[in-house]
Amino acid sequence: MGNDAGKILMTDIQYVAPSTLDDAIGAYAAASGAARILAGGTDLLVQMRAGMVKPGLIVDIKKVAELNAIEETADGGFRVGAAVSGAVLAEHPKFGKVWPGVLEGLNLIGSTQVQGRASAGGNLCNGSPAADGVPGLIAAEAIATIQGPNGRREIPVEQVPAGPGKTTLAPGEILVSFTLPPRPAHSSDAYLRMIPRTEMDIAVVGCGVSLTMDGDTCTAARVGLGAVAPTVLLVEDAAKALIGSKLDAAALDAAAAACSAVCRPIDDKRGTIVYRTKVAGVLLKRTTAIAAERAKGG
Amino acid sequence: MAKTHVTTTINGEPTEFLCAPYETMLDVLRDNLGMTGSKEGCGSGDCGACSITLDDRLVCSCLMLAVEAEGHEIRTIEGMSEGEKLHPLQQKFLEMAALQCGICTPGVLVAADALLKQNPNPSETEVRYWLAGNLCRCTGYDKIVRAVLETAADMRGAAE
Repeated sequence: MGNDAGKILMTDIQYVAPSTLDDAIGAYAAASGAARILAGGTDLLVQMRAGMVKPGLIVDIKKVAELNAIEETADGGFRVGAAVSGAVLAEHPKFGKVWPGVLEGLNLIGSTQVQGRASAGGNLCNGSPAADGVPGLIAAEAIATIQGPNGRREIPVEQVPAGPGKTTLAPGEILVSFTLPPRPAHSSDAYLRMIPRTEMDIAVVGCGVSLTMDGDTCTAARVGLGAVAPTVLLVEDAAKALIGSKLDAAALDAAAAACSAVCRPIDDKRGTIVYRTKVAGVLLKRTTAIAAERAKGG
Repeated sequence: MAKTHVTTTINGEPTEFLCAPYETMLDVLRDNLGMTGSKEGCGSGDCGACSITLDDRLVCSCLMLAVEAEGHEIRTIEGMSEGEKLHPLQQKFLEMAALQCGICTPGVLVAADALLKQNPNPSETEVRYWLAGNLCRCTGYDKIVRAVLETAADMRGAAE
């Protein structure tokens, strides 16, 4: 083995770091499929090193202001740039108070070092069914803003993943930001994942739940479920089982059954199909309990 | 292929280097600049042996392109001591034998320093979670965690 064994070996590759979104889209679209977007790089550099991707052009989007901003919108929601790192989002004075579940999902991605770089946009666009950041964003009813050569469009986050490693973004399109809606009083969220250890692992199942409570009654709910299907799922039947209930045992059993019913997981070293399907229901109950506790307090 | 000229600051010193667009910060530190304190354990962001700070934020230098250093401030293990005077963390790691083979030690020290700058009084749990991305196959972590906690206590005492 030579001295360069294992290093990223590329013979013809270019790097650009545009300061405007238009320039980034122009460069990305012009490379027609040979380019990769660089935000935190915690997936891209690993994939390049493993020889899984060989981009001719790397478009670093971190100098585009809109992709790095965290803003409160006029209606009381949040807009989070796609390249904002987990560490930066965690330091925002308000975001984690309003969306603790979204934040705890994003902050479960990798180590402290990875948190310093890894972004919510990258977590979504990497297309992993086990992405820890995505179930919480889906539960939050987050909207993804996407811009490409043909203009700007907005779609629900759950419509972005298309399968392992794939998204519905068209060639030349870049994920710009996430918009999270304003929160009614007594609303909160939570994210839990099942892993066989306490840190630094990939979800066997991940569950995000967002709730609004009126006293003991649940008046609104959304459930996102990860690592149990080719994409992270929005589980509408689970939400329906929770809405209107007092989150009693019957409602939780029905919501858990709805989660298990949508599972189409893989069998692998992290968990069997039977195990993942059962745990999906268990996590729904545990995550709902945390979200409800937070919602009643807030 | 044309190399890119990068102007940056490393351990407070204005630094310029040439690199290919695909080279990582770790490659450039070790191979171009001769700063071999940062180690390559895994090259995939799992082990933390290559930990540096980028604008005071802890990152894995194997997961950063060297061209991204343009205009930013890098700190590495080489900048930790003041000449011959060891940083309190380095001194404590020696006193408490919080290392064996030493390969993970630069990354652990850089990561621990970043923690104490942000949180001068971490709990044991906070230290363990913060350092979860720094793998050590020798010590079993206990000596490392105790050394970080003792250093934190010493530094708080010295600051009073």
